[in-house]
Amino acid sequence: MNDQLGDPIEGRGITKNLSRRTFVKIGVLAGAGLTLGVSYRVIKGPEAPPTDAAFAPSAFLRIDVDGSITVMVAKSEMGQGVATALPQLVAEELHVLLSQVSFEFAPAHPAYGTAIGGMQLTGGSTSIRDSWLPLREAGAKARWMLREVAAQRWGVAPDQVQMNEGKAVHPDGSKLTYAQLASAAALLDVPKDVPLKDLSEFRVIGTPVPRLDVPTKTTGEAIFGMDAGPSDTRVAVVARSPVFGGVLRAFDPTGALAVQGVDEVVELQSGIAVIADGYVAAKEGRDLLNVEWEGGEWSTLDDAEILDRLKEAAGQDGATVREEGDIDSVLGSDREPIRATYALPYLAHATMEPMNCTAWVRNGQCTVWAPTQFQNAPGLVGGGARQVAAKAAGVSPDNTVVHTTFLGGGFGRRAEQDFVREAAELAGKVDGPIKVIWTREDDMQNDFYRPASYHEFSAILGVDGMPEAWRHRIASQSILQRMVPSWVPDFATKWAGSSDPTSTEGAQDQPYHIPHMRVTYSRVDLPVPVGFWRSVGHTQNAFVVESFIDELANLAGQDPYEYRRDLLKEHPRHRAVLDTVAEASEWASPTPVGRARGIAVAESFGSFVAEVAEVSIQNGQLRVHKVWCAIDCGIVVNPSIVRAQMESGIVYGLTAAFYGRINIQGGRVVQSNFHDYQMLRMRDAPDVEVILVPSQEAPGGVGEPGTPPIAPAVTNALFSLTGQRIRELPIQLV
Amino acid sequence: MVKFTLNGEVQELNVPSANPLLWVLRESLELTGTKFGCGIGQCGACMVLVNGQPTRSCQMPISAAEDSEVITIEGLSEKGAHPVQEAWVEEQVPQCGYCQSGQIVSAVALLAANPNPTDEDIDGAMSSNICRCGTYPAIRRAIHRAAGIQEQLASTDDGGARSEE
Repeated sequence: MNDQLGDPIEGRGITKNLSRRTFVKIGVLAGAGLTLGVSYRVIKGPEAPPTDAAFAPSAFLRIDVDGSITVMVAKSEMGQGVATALPQLVAEELHVLLSQVSFEFAPAHPAYGTAIGGMQLTGGSTSIRDSWLPLREAGAKARWMLREVAAQRWGVAPDQVQMNEGKAVHPDGSKLTYAQLASAAALLDVPKDVPLKDLSEFRVIGTPVPRLDVPTKTTGEAIFGMDAGPSDTRVAVVARSPVFGGVLRAFDPTGALAVQGVDEVVELQSGIAVIADGYVAAKEGRDLLNVEWEGGEWSTLDDAEILDRLKEAAGQDGATVREEGDIDSVLGSDREPIRATYALPYLAHATMEPMNCTAWVRNGQCTVWAPTQFQNAPGLVGGGARQVAAKAAGVSPDNTVVHTTFLGGGFGRRAEQDFVREAAELAGKVDGPIKVIWTREDDMQNDFYRPASYHEFSAILGVDGMPEAWRHRIASQSILQRMVPSWVPDFATKWAGSSDPTSTEGAQDQPYHIPHMRVTYSRVDLPVPVGFWRSVGHTQNAFVVESFIDELANLAGQDPYEYRRDLLKEHPRHRAVLDTVAEASEWASPTPVGRARGIAVAESFGSFVAEVAEVSIQNGQLRVHKVWCAIDCGIVVNPSIVRAQMESGIVYGLTAAFYGRINIQGGRVVQSNFHDYQMLRMRDAPDVEVILVPSQEAPGGVGEPGTPPIAPAVTNALFSLTGQRIRELPIQLV
Repeated sequence: MVKFTLNGEVQELNVPSANPLLWVLRESLELTGTKFGCGIGQCGACMVLVNGQPTRSCQMPISAAEDSEVITIEGLSEKGAHPVQEAWVEEQVPQCGYCQSGQIVSAVALLAANPNPTDEDIDGAMSSNICRCGTYPAIRRAIHRAAGIQEQLASTDDGGARSEE
């Protein structure tokens, strides 16, 4: 079979997921252009009948002779709806209904690279923004070519031909289906430039069409990483150092090898893998490994030391990331500043599907099945799954194939490829396909955590109560400082070492009009692995900014909604969502007895979100009854998905506000599973009402922006209810 | 050797008796709709029906399934036609989808015991299942909708045509 994509593999998961596919192989890449102009040939899957008639005018789209239309989804579906929203973009311009379209996950390939370093990556709520033009153009060009063919056949001018729901329509009403036109269209040159629809012409974009992935996600058929791979795949569970930076000193595999079903114990860079015929034996074997780890310099690290380090760093100005007016003289005057400090903990991602990856190395080829957010990073040594797997398995990236499965949650965790590296390294050392499964405990204790941070505020209010000076000092570990060197080995030498936008976003660009302002960042280097956690820096900065502005409103004796509104005169989109959420929640009217409301607003990832939470205390417990959420995410592709993402982001942020805290003791993570790292459950989930603010601005993200405002909305409500100001998360009532 | 009925078919298997039902389903029987989430009975991703009762399959040794009737997500209906599955589609519940087999099984059990649950009933029964995507509000809506579908079916054909088998 074909030599680049790996042999088609029969087996569990694959028969469901892959064998019915026709693999598209991209032959020649035309320069750095995104997709079009790329030439294709079609490689047949094992069950697919030979066909040379498929029409694939772009890497994103294929029309087969049977009329089936397939959109290649180059973003990872982790719940946020890309497997529906991206096909909507193509369907719109192709003039077909979404129900006429199916999708496949794209292979790792440069044709799917984004503007950011050519990376094929799902993160930063960028999927729609990345795809908005390329996918619409792919659909429009294909439609243009199909129409040309119809016009030629009928001998009419192309503009006489209407394209509608997968058919070309002659002025006399006769029709040709796209299936009938596809083969001939494939012979035409792809046009360079075709007009896209005007917003007013949209029929698919902006409608709540049902998700394409929902049916298989209600029958158990959807294939996640855990479910993928050939049927004779063996399972490995890995022992890793419990202490950050720990080094393996010795181990005794005797106990593990004695377990029925265990057949190999293999040392890896990250630990020791126990391979068995199934998960139960592999885990039992792993637990019976007698391993001696050397703790190293960090084996005494604990929460108290971390907090001390962060506090010390936040006690002085760090690198300046925002400067307005003359903050030093205002703060140096004889007026006593208002001061407050905030502390936020490390957080684990806790995706429902624990980390896992399946890999198979044979004949110089590596095939990987991975629930990954990061498929490809050509040019980066340690970038996407393809490069990471190739290096770990000792094969070339050209001989490495990445099959992306459904992701059982991502939230940024799966932008890291440690789980791919481990599986590929192991597969390179043993025969046959191998699936590395992480236990929940492995997953919880070997995460890349949302960085803990410490914030020191000083402010001075003018006579009108409005802030005149605002100083915000942030201290935390830097995600980029930790992460980028693994992509670019000499990064450390190039690193300016000062600021990190992923630590300061939401603070350096906070929108309130304050004449004298300084925001600084102090990087604190610690061995706790830190990474991107749904909405990243905004998770901490929206909380502290929206809490502290609430404090100022209170000290000024002003309504927190009106106070924000006054300070946002130059920010109409912030104001619009604030006004909308205030109206929906009847902010100005009294709350039911025993309840109070709080409000917060944040811009992140190109979208503007304001939320109001209504809370009470019942039996000594904080209860969130209802959340109103107004979002302006620009042009909406699928309102139903946007609503779902707001509910999702709110529950995610509430979980962190109520329970989220990773403790460090003895250089290791204390929490291990859902009993001590709790999740919000149904009984604690509020009603959520989402209002989409109409907008014709360019699309923004929706996967993350629902999260930042919820914690401050809740804690501001709690303050209104009881007078307790929460300056540390998770929330603890006094 | 253990013998039990799985989705209506008798299974006889030779697997270690302590192995959890979850892994027997996923690995020996290749029914991967039932998910591994925590391994300690906390998250409900592995929920199946054992003699009609919602059961965490990660906590049940296969020996305990002897002679029992096990129904997994794959056995609820032929093509996703169970009222709960239909309601899940109509309300567009799943996001990442990983927990949804367990959620659906828990909802089926709830509605079998309580055909018309209140929000409080739903909160009580469904709090044994974690959803990290936060589909809880949608699940609440879907359970009410499923109750409506079931009621309609019962009134039109006495429910006989659509037993839960």
